[in-house]
Amino acid sequence: MLKVQDINVYYGSIHAIKDVSFEVQSGEIVTLIGANGAGKSTVLQTISGLLRSKTGSIHFLDQDLSNVPPHKIVAQGLAHVPEGRRIFLQMTVEDNLSMGAFTRPGSEVDASIADVYERFPRLMERRKQIAGTLSGGEQQMLAMGRALMSRPHLLMLDEPSMGLSPILVQQIFDIIKELHKAGTTILLVEQNAQMALSVADRAYVLESGRIVLSGTGAELAKSDAIKKAYLGG
Amino acid sequence: MLSFLNHLINGISLGSIYAIIALGYTMVYGIAKMLNFAHGDIIMVGAYVCFFAVSSFQLHPVVGLLLAIIVCTVLGTLIEKLAYKPLRQATSLAVLITAIGVSYFLQNAAQLLWTSNPKLFPDIFNGAAIKLFDGELIITVSTLVTIAACIVIMILLTAFIDKSKTGKAMRACSEDKGAAQLMGINVNRTISITFAIGSALAAVAGVLLCTTYPSLVPTTGSMPGIKAFTAAVFGGIGSVPGALLGGILLGIIEIMAGAYISTSLSNAIVFAVLILVLLIKPTGLLGKQIREKV
Repeated sequence: MLKVQDINVYYGSIHAIKDVSFEVQSGEIVTLIGANGAGKSTVLQTISGLLRSKTGSIHFLDQDLSNVPPHKIVAQGLAHVPEGRRIFLQMTVEDNLSMGAFTRPGSEVDASIADVYERFPRLMERRKQIAGTLSGGEQQMLAMGRALMSRPHLLMLDEPSMGLSPILVQQIFDIIKELHKAGTTILLVEQNAQMALSVADRAYVLESGRIVLSGTGAELAKSDAIKKAYLGG
Repeated sequence: MLSFLNHLINGISLGSIYAIIALGYTMVYGIAKMLNFAHGDIIMVGAYVCFFAVSSFQLHPVVGLLLAIIVCTVLGTLIEKLAYKPLRQATSLAVLITAIGVSYFLQNAAQLLWTSNPKLFPDIFNGAAIKLFDGELIITVSTLVTIAACIVIMILLTAFIDKSKTGKAMRACSEDKGAAQLMGINVNRTISITFAIGSALAAVAGVLLCTTYPSLVPTTGSMPGIKAFTAAVFGGIGSVPGALLGGILLGIIEIMAGAYISTSLSNAIVFAVLILVLLIKPTGLLGKQIREKV
């Protein structure tokens, strides 16, 4: 479904992503794990077109995304929940959701909003509230709900557990599993390697901009190197 | 007492013009995070277009206004595309200097095309006025039309920004351009639309301004432009209700200061009030605290 080949991304003179290649097959949950600053978010931003790779290619559903402007990528069925959620803090919950369906015909928006409320009843209760007044967990739900409004084939989640309490992290991961069951392919970026590996079909480990390890979620969870570096022994 | 009422009405009318101009500043600032100092000169272009349509081509003033709106909308989007868009990644200082350059360019082009001799703007309303209290309170039709135009524009614009899809996209872009792009919003197109709306409003303001102050020269737009910019900052730059409040207050202060203190000091008083407000509330009257991103 998604095929990233030999991408190299620079921030000015800093070489942030080095020859990264990986794949996501339809129906999978794939996770990119790695330490803070390893380049995980940069990879996602490059797939969404917010950053550009100097080399290589990114194919999504057999279409080359290398020269597609970012605002046209979501319409191809690729939604990105960015790091730090980046919901529109001054807009209401419902307006945030309607922005998620920006590229879809107006007649379908209400039905999608109803779907999102069904999945996240909490957002329904708060639909007229300004998004900036939501709690961290609610903001994460809103960010995910907003991304689902585009009815994506592939959902990219960047650090969904960031800043959340263990109970909320569990809730968010339960939602990820549900979405996966409902047929959404997921590319998950996480620092919380343990949680990420527990849900992932396959995983890639990113270190200083390079993929240093890959395997199934279960394999990596058992690997000594991973245990040492990311799972606390 | 009646003269006070008269000054108040004149102040609200002048303030309405400032408010309409300030909307252009504040909307563009809200989205593009830039101060478009050429905005005042768009007003001047709009006034000239209407002037020639009505005086030289004997067209109906409404047609003249529509032509002014069309020309200014095209001009505003063209300026954005040619002068500002290539600087999207540049420092804000580079953009600011470019805007000042565009402002001088427009003034000088106007001088070249239409000379610096003042043109007398046609009296669209034939000096019609409503006289109350045995002629002691005179309200001109142009005053009433100006205030009414401001109210209508405010209502329509607020509804547009709050309810329409494009309006919501504008708010989304003003908060977070990256996230807006992830929603599928074309940020460049949204910025263009904002310039188009601001410039159309500038055309309206230009025509209204000249119905009250009919002497039209290539620098006609610059002082009202600076005043309206002040009004936008006064009310809280980036805020639409702030532009209205700032504009009206500025107009009233200017007229009152001219009437009761000193005509020659009125501008100084206006800016003194601005400085005071910014000392007490740096974000302006209705401005929001800007969260610094870490």
